[in-house]
Amino acid sequence: MKAILKRELSSYFNSAVAYIVMAMFFGFSGWFFVGTCFVGNTSSLSPTFNNMFVIIVFLIPIIAMKTFSEEKRQRTDQALLTSPASLFEIVMGKFLGAFILYAICCLIFFVYGLVIMFFTTPDWAVILCTTVGLLLMGGALIAIDIFVSALTESQVIAAIVGMAVGLITYMMGTIVSMIEVEWISSALSAVSFTNYYSNFTYGILDPTGIVFFISVIALFIFFTIRVFERKRWS
Amino acid sequence: MVEVKNLTKRYGDTTVVDNISFTVETGEVLGFLGPNGAGKSTTMNMITGYISSSSGTVTVDGSEILDDPKKVKSCIGYLPEIPPLYADMTVRKYLEFMFDLKKVRLPKKEHIDEVMRLVKISDVSERIIKHLSKGYRQRVGFAQALLGNPPVLILDEPTVGLDPQQIIEIRNLIKSLGKKHTVIFSSHVLSEISATCDRIVVISNGKIVADARTDELGTAVSGEQKLSLDVEGSQGTVLNALKVIPGVLKIRKTSELSGEVGRYIVEYQTGIDIRRDVFRAIASAGCVILNMESANETLEDSFLRLTAEDQTGNTAGGARK
Repeated sequence: MKAILKRELSSYFNSAVAYIVMAMFFGFSGWFFVGTCFVGNTSSLSPTFNNMFVIIVFLIPIIAMKTFSEEKRQRTDQALLTSPASLFEIVMGKFLGAFILYAICCLIFFVYGLVIMFFTTPDWAVILCTTVGLLLMGGALIAIDIFVSALTESQVIAAIVGMAVGLITYMMGTIVSMIEVEWISSALSAVSFTNYYSNFTYGILDPTGIVFFISVIALFIFFTIRVFERKRWS
Repeated sequence: MVEVKNLTKRYGDTTVVDNISFTVETGEVLGFLGPNGAGKSTTMNMITGYISSSSGTVTVDGSEILDDPKKVKSCIGYLPEIPPLYADMTVRKYLEFMFDLKKVRLPKKEHIDEVMRLVKISDVSERIIKHLSKGYRQRVGFAQALLGNPPVLILDEPTVGLDPQQIIEIRNLIKSLGKKHTVIFSSHVLSEISATCDRIVVISNGKIVADARTDELGTAVSGEQKLSLDVEGSQGTVLNALKVIPGVLKIRKTSELSGEVGRYIVEYQTGIDIRRDVFRAIASAGCVILNMESANETLEDSFLRLTAEDQTGNTAGGARK
């Protein structure tokens, strides 16, 4: 797992991917931060966090799209799958590689907290909890996108499907309000990422949210492993 | 060392590999020969655990690939048909990654240096793989398979894309590796297999059509040895003289060359050499041998016959050992 994690990180940072993702993340979050906190004269980072959801929906597929589709295209999956490493190690290595890059992006919010300190006392609880929420939700999206990437040889398809899934989760609230059948809307809101995420933005370390996102991560890592097992057995 | 038993792979209704069995002993170099699309790569992918078999087993060093994949995979070095290279890494970085991935427990730098020396890629160790030529890439793939000195090496068409000089180098390398490792290597180039391997398994349309030692393949396929003779002398005398030689099975006169000279094909039992007896018998009968040569099938003949036969639906049953 360490070998795969190391290779993932070096492939992100030896190519433009890591820098472009970080530049976009820092650029947009900085813009939202200045736009709300400075122009709006507030110490609350909540609007920034809420806006970042959209950016993340587009950035995470870019981080995760190449994880397995590129391996398949270059046929390097043959090296991975015939090595003594288990499927769990392989998928976990890929997941952690993408997650660490994403986590580095999220660290910027602490910098914004420090900037606020020059003017007033920032609400560290909100910053901390929201960052945790953002990390968990991002982790869940990464796991989903790695699963999508394992299904296709094309990075483009992986990215587009990943973004579509992200947008659907983002718009889940709107979708739910449009559906009039009671049980469908309640089922959908139970899996709505925004519902769980919004609790974190209030500065609450919500256990149901934590459990929900970690379950999604575990489920999709399991699905990805199943994709490879099924492929092997077909 | 490697035992393949009743291995079958089906995709839907198509059977790609059909009930094949063979064993490879430690220190043996086995050539896996067959036309393109015969099922060579599929078989190798099953042995290495990349894909599973529909039925049948692969046992390496006493462990079954599906029961204990970790152990089996760690004693196999595999070079697939397309070398699994990360184009964005340098050769050294790539080999370091593969070293870690395979969980090799040897001094890292020394071992990688040694393997790079062995396949002659030390001079490109800091180059990025995507900038390498096909020959170098193939050798980097080879190096990757050698990491950790696995007891079993499985090489899928290792010489494709190399120039003649490199092909000879790789062949010699395989030969020298065969002393310590068990090697299974596939090719559709016959001369390559016959130059390198102790034993040949011929596969066609997913079935094994021959399994024999390299020098015996021609014999094994036809089932007997043949001698072609050009003899000067009357037909009756020659036939009578040859008939009494022990081991002779069948004599045929194939053509009248000129005057008294005729061409005879003598079929005789495998495992003996009757040339001296033939010489003495003909001489004492007062006839003269103008030409004598082995009429055994060459490897090319065998290969073409085996693969052609299989396509017409017959099997060379006698060739199986």
